[in-house]
Amino acid sequence: MTLILFKTLLILIIFLISLGIAAYSTYGERKIAAFLQDRIGPDRAGPFGILQPIADGVKMFLKEEIIPNVSNKWLFILGPCIFMVTALMTSAVIPWGLPLEISGVKYNLQVADINIGILYVLGVVSLGVYGIMIGGWASNNKFALLGAIRASSQMISYELAMGMSVIAILLMNDGSLSLNSMVENQGTGKLYGFINISGMNWNVFYQPVAFLIFLICAFAECNRTPFDLAESESELIGGFHTEYSSMKLGLYLFAEYINMFISAAVISCLFFGGYNFPGIAYLQEILPANIVSLISVAVLFGKIIFFIFFFMWIRWTIPRFRYDQLMRLGWQWLMPLSIINMLITGAVLIWIRN
Amino acid sequence: MQLTNRAQQVVQKEMTLAERLYLPAIFAGLSITIKHLFKKKATLKYPEVKREFAPVYRGQHVLKRDDEGRENCTACGLCAVSCPAEAITMDAAERKAGEEHLYREEKYAAKYEINMLRCIYCGLCEEACPKDAIYLTDRIVASEFTRGKFVYGKDVLVEKMDDRIDVSQRKKHYSIVNN
Repeated sequence: MTLILFKTLLILIIFLISLGIAAYSTYGERKIAAFLQDRIGPDRAGPFGILQPIADGVKMFLKEEIIPNVSNKWLFILGPCIFMVTALMTSAVIPWGLPLEISGVKYNLQVADINIGILYVLGVVSLGVYGIMIGGWASNNKFALLGAIRASSQMISYELAMGMSVIAILLMNDGSLSLNSMVENQGTGKLYGFINISGMNWNVFYQPVAFLIFLICAFAECNRTPFDLAESESELIGGFHTEYSSMKLGLYLFAEYINMFISAAVISCLFFGGYNFPGIAYLQEILPANIVSLISVAVLFGKIIFFIFFFMWIRWTIPRFRYDQLMRLGWQWLMPLSIINMLITGAVLIWIRN
Repeated sequence: MQLTNRAQQVVQKEMTLAERLYLPAIFAGLSITIKHLFKKKATLKYPEVKREFAPVYRGQHVLKRDDEGRENCTACGLCAVSCPAEAITMDAAERKAGEEHLYREEKYAAKYEINMLRCIYCGLCEEACPKDAIYLTDRIVASEFTRGKFVYGKDVLVEKMDDRIDVSQRKKHYSIVNN
């Protein structure tokens, strides 16, 4: 099997998994919302409503496709496309597991191990705001435009704090931006230098503040409650996708869930050791490498699913922020906090290494 | 003047650092919502499981027959008089010879109509009825596409002998009320 074939296959699988997880996130969201509110949720389509995403998808496809007369038609169509493409692109740099060994050749379970990994993620995620902005503007609707403006200013504000909080991780990682090396570093060495559990040297134990900042910013980047001002259905009737219908609306909603999936994956990789898990070295001794590799993939997906659940848990707990509160939190709290965190991390690292 | 002792003095004090951080409050909220995840759900899966009505539930009316299958109603009109919504109309007729197996007394209702859109299900008709003839049951009035279909005639209201409707619970209720 050539490398190209393997990578193509991997891209296809990740693509399908992203879509599958996004589809079942909609189901999970409705189920969890129901459970948190003492209801049952969708349970009619198949056992426990397991076929509900398919029914929803069919509904989306069968709905009437409306393009407003006054809209800019090309941009109107381009908006959801950009949003979807950028959402799917981010998954390229995430290391999904330990390398697989097929007929003597090692294959990394990562589409592209580029040396600017996390920068690529931040860059592509910030491109996603163009999808919202263009869609909202092209709709030629006040609510859509308001939503789009809110989304873009919110994303710009929170990207800064997000990037700053990641710099603290970069410093600990000897300045390497590659996500693969970050995950590998979290799998080696002793926690705090003396607790010897293999695969447990996670960044969250060193950088709880950076983790908190990153988590809050991830909520803002995904337009999730409590920062869902861009599409607040109660005040902006859906915000930037007010005018969208049928599968174009479906693409927006879908891409949002993919964004959530990718955010969960990036959080797991940056702070929770990615595919590493306690006792990984022991398993590597007693089990064949490929089986450990598959277990590591499963562990990463477990972490991702937990974070997706956490996103939903937060959504059904906390009410929406007011816009000035959102901006104050972003600029006056998270920004300075992340810079201070970065400075302290740098100082401590210099102190340790000398 | 103090009416209750529930009044509270309003204070606008500065928030403490912990309160301004929001995080403790958010964790408290999260712990509350996660408890609800494991609580028993209040939902009944409706078509399969039906919630039991109270014995005094007032739904669609029934015109009772006696044990020999004769209609109890004598078209006295007390129900129509007592009806606050003026939903009931009827025409009386005299029982002919040979109809003794159909009607209990010499007079009967040839036409008996209740407009279900006017009815407010107050139950005054069954309270007024001296002949044990009209009762409200726990059946729900079905939906229709036209207004005209909501005027229920005797074909709907009079109970069928092979599908009798149990009103013993309501009779018991009235015996409690009247005594």
